[in-house]
Amino acid sequence: MQGSVGYNLAFAAAVCLVCAVVVSSAAVALADRQQRNAALDRQRNVLLAAGFAGDGESLEAEAVAARSAPITPVVLTLSTGGAAAVDPAGFDQRAASIDPARSTAAPDNAAGIVRLPNQALVYEVRDEAGRLDFVVLPVEGLGLWGTLYGFVALEGDLRTIRGLTFYEHKETPGLGGEVDNPRWKARWPGRLAFDDDLNPAIAVVKGPAGAVDEAPHAIDGLSGATITGRGVTNLVRFWLGPDGFGPYLARLREEEGAD
Amino acid sequence: MSKSREALIDPLFNNNPIALQVLGICSALAVTTQMDTALVMSAAVVFVLLFSNLFVSLLRNQIPTNIRIIVQLTIIASLVIVVDQVLKAYLFEISKQLSVFVGLIITNCIIMGRAEAYAMQNPPRMSMIDGIGNGLGYAVILAGTAVIRELFGSGSLMGVQVLALAGEGGWYTPNGLMVLSPGAFFIIGFFIWAIRVWKPAQVEQE
Repeated sequence: MQGSVGYNLAFAAAVCLVCAVVVSSAAVALADRQQRNAALDRQRNVLLAAGFAGDGESLEAEAVAARSAPITPVVLTLSTGGAAAVDPAGFDQRAASIDPARSTAAPDNAAGIVRLPNQALVYEVRDEAGRLDFVVLPVEGLGLWGTLYGFVALEGDLRTIRGLTFYEHKETPGLGGEVDNPRWKARWPGRLAFDDDLNPAIAVVKGPAGAVDEAPHAIDGLSGATITGRGVTNLVRFWLGPDGFGPYLARLREEEGAD
Repeated sequence: MSKSREALIDPLFNNNPIALQVLGICSALAVTTQMDTALVMSAAVVFVLLFSNLFVSLLRNQIPTNIRIIVQLTIIASLVIVVDQVLKAYLFEISKQLSVFVGLIITNCIIMGRAEAYAMQNPPRMSMIDGIGNGLGYAVILAGTAVIRELFGSGSLMGVQVLALAGEGGWYTPNGLMVLSPGAFFIIGFFIWAIRVWKPAQVEQE
């Protein structure tokens, strides 16, 4: 009868059951489309970092595929930097990094990365002679509220930054969320990711960073987003460093230098 | 005026949830820099209000009073998750721009307010009309704010460039305040002022 504890419990259980069924059927029914959207968005961000697409440009699946034509996805063995015999088409690096069989515990790092995938998916663009034009590397790391996922593109000299973009993050809109701001992202191209000894040196600094030739390793800070900026510095440095894509970049430098 | 017509029209200006009750301000500041996000957000709120009022009203005689708030919240939260999933599947870019604010519809006081103050006492048909009316009241203020913010902040409407920007060789220098949240505070403040001049009955007594 109404008002009794039993009735309340039964009513609450019934409401929860119905709501759970509605929510989960919506999630299952729409999962395919959502995954396709997310994959398309990820590829669009590869194009953005590569400079093959403009910010705010809305690209459909065909346009993304067409512009991706010059880009070759390559699966690497992260620790050696050598190419791995894995089909890039079906490779999901984020799934690999949480799979204990395909990842290892990350060494202590400032970027908040707990596990490293054994293999990683990068994107290379080469000219007709096979010389490297530029590479696009996936990066991720902790900001203020959660993990930022994005891409960094390096020019063929493997020092100069070509572009940077984040396709997923949980930073505060208007503060840390400004990592999405095209005007801020436009500060990155042309800056040097490495110092003269090839150590990652890029840093998001407090306040304006100044001209490229005066402060080649500095990026303007974002007001009200100190921790996000620090996170971006740490994550870019980590992935360009010895525990990230260091071995791969060293291999590329050797190959390019040899020609 | 018939009762159902009143339930639909009244929340637009006479009893507007944002302008008179000053509810739902958070999202009204956050999603109104552009028309398209404001309209999608409004549609989402109308949908959630309509169905939360309907379901709460259908269950109003069965809901045990001592757990009624949490039951309302469960219904609202489920509807919001469904809306969020649909947006992610069909309007991915707008859903990315709306980011957390779709999820935050759950905490929008307008929706809980209508469920508790109206749907718990009124039959389903009237509750649905009340839900649509209040949703539209929210939408009117959002759309009005977004028109002003997008036009003066970015020189465009619905993403179409209307005013030629100085940065691109035109004559209009965008007003940066309009793009930031405080701009929305001023605009909503002016709306509240205008509505109270038009309808002096809304002015609080000293």
